Amino acid sequence: MAQSIEARNISFQYDTAAGPVLAVKEASFSVAPAEFLCVLGPSGCGKTTILNMLAGFLTPTGGEILMDGNPVTAREHNRGVVFQDFAQLFPWRTARQNVEFGLEMRGVSREARRETARQFLKLVKLEKFADAYPHQLSGGMQQRIAIARALAYNPGVLLMDEPFAALDAMTRDEMQKQLTEVWQETRKTIVYITHNVAEAVYLADQILVMAPHPGTIRARIPLALPRPRDPLSANFVEMQRQVLANLTH
Amino acid sequence: MSAPFLLVAAAWEAVAIAGIFPAKLFPSLETVFTTLAELSLDGILWAHAAGTLARLALGFLLAVGVGVVAGILMGRFQVVEDLFLPAVSFAYPIPGLAYAPLFVLWFGLGDLPAVLLVGAASCFVVIINAWKGVKAVRPLWLRAAEVMGANERQMFWKVIMPAALPYILTGLRLGLAQAWRILVVVEMLTAVEHGLGWMIFGAREFLNTDVMLSGVMVIGVVGLVLEKQVFERVERYTVVRWGMLTA
Ligand SMILES: Nc1ncnc2c1ncn2[C@@H]1O[C@H](COP(=O)(O)OP(=O)(O)OP(=O)(O)O)[C@@H](O)[C@H]1O
Ligand SMILES: [Mg+2]
Repeated sequence: MAQSIEARNISFQYDTAAGPVLAVKEASFSVAPAEFLCVLGPSGCGKTTILNMLAGFLTPTGGEILMDGNPVTAREHNRGVVFQDFAQLFPWRTARQNVEFGLEMRGVSREARRETARQFLKLVKLEKFADAYPHQLSGGMQQRIAIARALAYNPGVLLMDEPFAALDAMTRDEMQKQLTEVWQETRKTIVYITHNVAEAVYLADQILVMAPHPGTIRARIPLALPRPRDPLSANFVEMQRQVLANLTH
Repeated sequence: MSAPFLLVAAAWEAVAIAGIFPAKLFPSLETVFTTLAELSLDGILWAHAAGTLARLALGFLLAVGVGVVAGILMGRFQVVEDLFLPAVSFAYPIPGLAYAPLFVLWFGLGDLPAVLLVGAASCFVVIINAWKGVKAVRPLWLRAAEVMGANERQMFWKVIMPAALPYILTGLRLGLAQAWRILVVVEMLTAVEHGLGWMIFGAREFLNTDVMLSGVMVIGVVGLVLEKQVFERVERYTVVRWGMLTA
């Protein structure tokens, strides 16, 4: 089920026409099974690059990543990924068929697939749109379908790249609450990327604060705030202040 | 939709009645339709149309089978692309008629060279479009499918095929047009037993312009039916419904 992740001194360098770009430099961190890690940093600091390495889409140009002690490869089917990009859903599949995709790949029967898809569509409050095609949904709705799709086949590790950045504040608050509940219920290891301090403080057990050019980890902040967290409580605000100080000093 | 047809028909009639050209060369629509009716009552027209349609179907299916598979392999595997793209790019702009005589020498007269020529002449545009379609598949979709556990076969049928479909359909459309173009002439060249092309060119010997025009009309109608009933339907049911192409 939930896996541990260990990144040892990982670097990534893009080769571009204009020369090499060091996007991530010697980052090390570890995530315990069922831990919620937030990676926090400004735009362009290498967050997506780190996520792509964790997902196995990019191979670190230096260092190594271990999941439960084994090196990462792309085809190990125990990860769910929610991408930063809206257009990640398959336009030729309805919302329900998108959510069923992972189960279908595993040969799960049609009835079981339908039932699971229904549950997760309900979770993201889109059960009414089960038969809609992605192009008929708003960007935020598509993003919620993508989350349901990544959860539906119950991967042990969930990698999420600013999944709620495009949602309105109200929906985002609601989604954050639901995500916490799903996480507490299913005990997945989650790596969650964001540039929003309040979001990180609300969700994380541990926050990695990154600095850009080249992307490095500037601080590792454990959060012991009890859950459910109240964004208006004094402790929460104090924590936010601390994290922000790390981000900007 | 019928208004433009009526307009052309009226203009045609006007020219025919005005007698600008000899009636033998420029028959009135009435004559053409009478001939059309006679030919179809005789069954001659059906025999010719059936021959042509059979060759068109076989040749085009050949092109689609070879073209879609080759194009997708080229798009999916760099080695295959490196191997075939130069040859495809070279052959693509050559008109099929240019190598038609060669096919006649190699395969003799009759249906075989006609079908093969239709296949050869129309497969390149199918290949090129299928190849481009695969190249245009969003890497994000491939990544998403991969991480969700799709194996190579599932990736092909459930991601690459639908993702490349808008391009593939374009290729099929252009391929079919190409197939028509070459088939009508090739039927003459390879002296098939029955065929609309054969009928049209044969009628020329006797200045039977009404027969020629009947053949042309049948080709036009078949083309129109294929476009409206096959391509547009498939499109509406797939890429348009998926929002990948606006109707
Ligand atoms: N495909 C690429 N080719 C070349 N350089 C890239 C590529 N992708 C990212 N980079 C560079 O690597 C750095 C980190 O990019 P990355 O996408 O990881 O940032 P990010 O933290 O996810 O930013 P954002 O918050 O805007 O999504 C950037 O400076 C960017 O210019
Ligand atoms: Mg990013």
